[in-house]
Amino acid sequence: MSTPLQAEDSVIIIGAGQAGVQTAEALRTLGFAGAIHLLVDEPHAPYHRPPLSKAWLAGEMDAAQLVMRSPEVLARKSIRLRTDCSVQAIDRAAKTVALADGSQLSYTGLVLATGSTPRTLSALNLPGADAKGVLALRSLDDASAISAHMATCVEKSLGVVVIGGGFIGLEVAATARKKGLTVTVLEAAPRLLGRVLAPVLSDWYAALHRSHGVNLVLDARVAAIEVDATGAVSAVRMADGSAVPAGLVVVGIGVNANDQLAAAAGLACERGIVVDACGRTSDSAIVAAGDCTARRVADGTLLRLESVQNATEQGKSAAAALMGQDRPFTATPWFWSDQYDKKLQMAGLSMGADAWAVRGNMAGDLATASFTVFHFQGSKLLAADSINASKDHLAVRKLLDAGQSPTAQQVADPAVELASLIAK
Amino acid sequence: MANITYIESNGQTTTIHLNDGWSLMQGATANGIDGIVGECGGSCACATCHCYVDEARLGDLPEASAGELDMLENVAAERKPNSRLACQIKATVALEGLIIRLPETQE
Repeated sequence: MSTPLQAEDSVIIIGAGQAGVQTAEALRTLGFAGAIHLLVDEPHAPYHRPPLSKAWLAGEMDAAQLVMRSPEVLARKSIRLRTDCSVQAIDRAAKTVALADGSQLSYTGLVLATGSTPRTLSALNLPGADAKGVLALRSLDDASAISAHMATCVEKSLGVVVIGGGFIGLEVAATARKKGLTVTVLEAAPRLLGRVLAPVLSDWYAALHRSHGVNLVLDARVAAIEVDATGAVSAVRMADGSAVPAGLVVVGIGVNANDQLAAAAGLACERGIVVDACGRTSDSAIVAAGDCTARRVADGTLLRLESVQNATEQGKSAAAALMGQDRPFTATPWFWSDQYDKKLQMAGLSMGADAWAVRGNMAGDLATASFTVFHFQGSKLLAADSINASKDHLAVRKLLDAGQSPTAQQVADPAVELASLIAK
Repeated sequence: MANITYIESNGQTTTIHLNDGWSLMQGATANGIDGIVGECGGSCACATCHCYVDEARLGDLPEASAGELDMLENVAAERKPNSRLACQIKATVALEGLIIRLPETQE
C-alpha cells in the first residue's frame, strides 16, 4: 500500500481462521487504531483447526477447548467479529465488499484470508459421490458430522473408508482406529504422502498404519460409492469389482484455494491468490494470507503451502504490508502431523530431492521409533522429516534458516550433534 | 479443576478458573492473555506457549515428556529450569492456586 493505514481508516478481513485472526492481532500490535472487521461465513468464533482430525475427533477435548479467540477477547482489542457473514463480491474501485444480506462495507485495506475447500469426489465425477456419509474435513461442522457418523459406525459395527492417504486422511484413520473402528485407507498412488515424504518414510508410514490394523490399499482404483435405499453410503466399489463396506467415507484428496472472490474482482490468481513475500496482491490496497494464497518465491515460481506456520507468518506479513512495512516471509517452512503416538515434524521443502540420509532407528521397533530422514539434492540439504525427534527437527530448521548444508555423512552419524553443525 | 494465576511480563495478573482437562495454554488463549500464543493449538509443535512455573510447585506437575523438553530448546525467551509449555500442562485439583509467569516474547 502506498500510504500506510491511518487511525480513521478501516480494515476488512475476510476469513477468521489462523491467518485472519493473526492479521487482525498483528495490525493492533503494529499500532493500527482504526476499525477492524473480521468476517467469517461460519457460525463459530475463531477456533483451532489442527485438533479437529486428532484430539477433538478422538473425543479427548470439547468444542470450548478449540476456541482460539472468543468474541469478547476480540472485542477487547476492538476487533469486530461477524459470524455467519458471507461476502459476495469485492468492488475494488469503490473499495467496498458486498455482503450476503445486501449491505456493503467500505475498506481502506482489505485482507483476504479465505482459506481453502476440500476437493470432492463429485469433481471426479464418481458415481455416488454425494451420498450421505461421504464427508470431507475442513471445518468444525465437518468434524462434527464425521464424529457423529463414527459414533453410528461404532454402534452398528460399520467400517470407515478413507479415500486419500494424505495427512488429513491418515490422521482420521489413526483416530478411527483409536476408537476401535474397522478402517480401510485407499490411496491412488503407489505410496503414502508421495509428494512430500522420502520413499523410505512412505513405506514406514504404511507399516505403521498396518501395525495398527488399518487395511491399507495402495494403487487403489475407486470406481463408485455404493448407496443404500436411504441415500447413505454402503460401500466403496473398486475398479476390479470388489467392494469395501462402509458406513462412513472420509475424503482427503487435497484442497483448492478459495480464490474465487479475488479472481472475480480481477486480482491475479493462479491456483491461489498470487502474493509476494510480504503478502501483497496485485492491488495495493489488498493483501492475502494463508491457504488461499500462492506465494511468488525467489526463483519466480509460485509456492502453495497449507500450514499453520504459513497462515501465521503470512498474516504478520500482510498486516505489516498494510502498515506500509516490508516483512517478508522467508523462514524455513515447517509442518507437523500426529498419528497414533508418532509426531512427524517436517522442515524445509523436499521437492527435487534425489538422495536421502537417515539418522536414528528407522529400521528398528516401531514402538520406540525416533529418527529423521534428510532430503538432499546433490550435496545440498533441502529438508528433513523427523519422527518423535523434535531436537533433530529444530536443529534442521536452524540449519536451513542459516542456509547451511551439512553432509549426508554428518547428519547420519549419531555421534555428531546436529546443533553443533550450526555455524555461530 | 484449578484456579491458575497468569502473570504477564508487564505485570498484568489474571486468575482463571480451569476445568479438568483444560491445558494452561487453552485457558490463556480463550481468555485473551496475550503472553501465550499457542499457534499449533496445543500439539507441542510450535513452542509459543512457554511459561515459567512457580518453582515451589514444580513437583505438583507431571514431568515434561521428551518431546516437550526438545521443544523447550526452541523457545524464544530465556529457557530456565522452571520453563514449561503451557499446552502440555492440564488442569487438575493438584494445580490449585498455581502461579505461572509469562515471558516477554514467544516468537
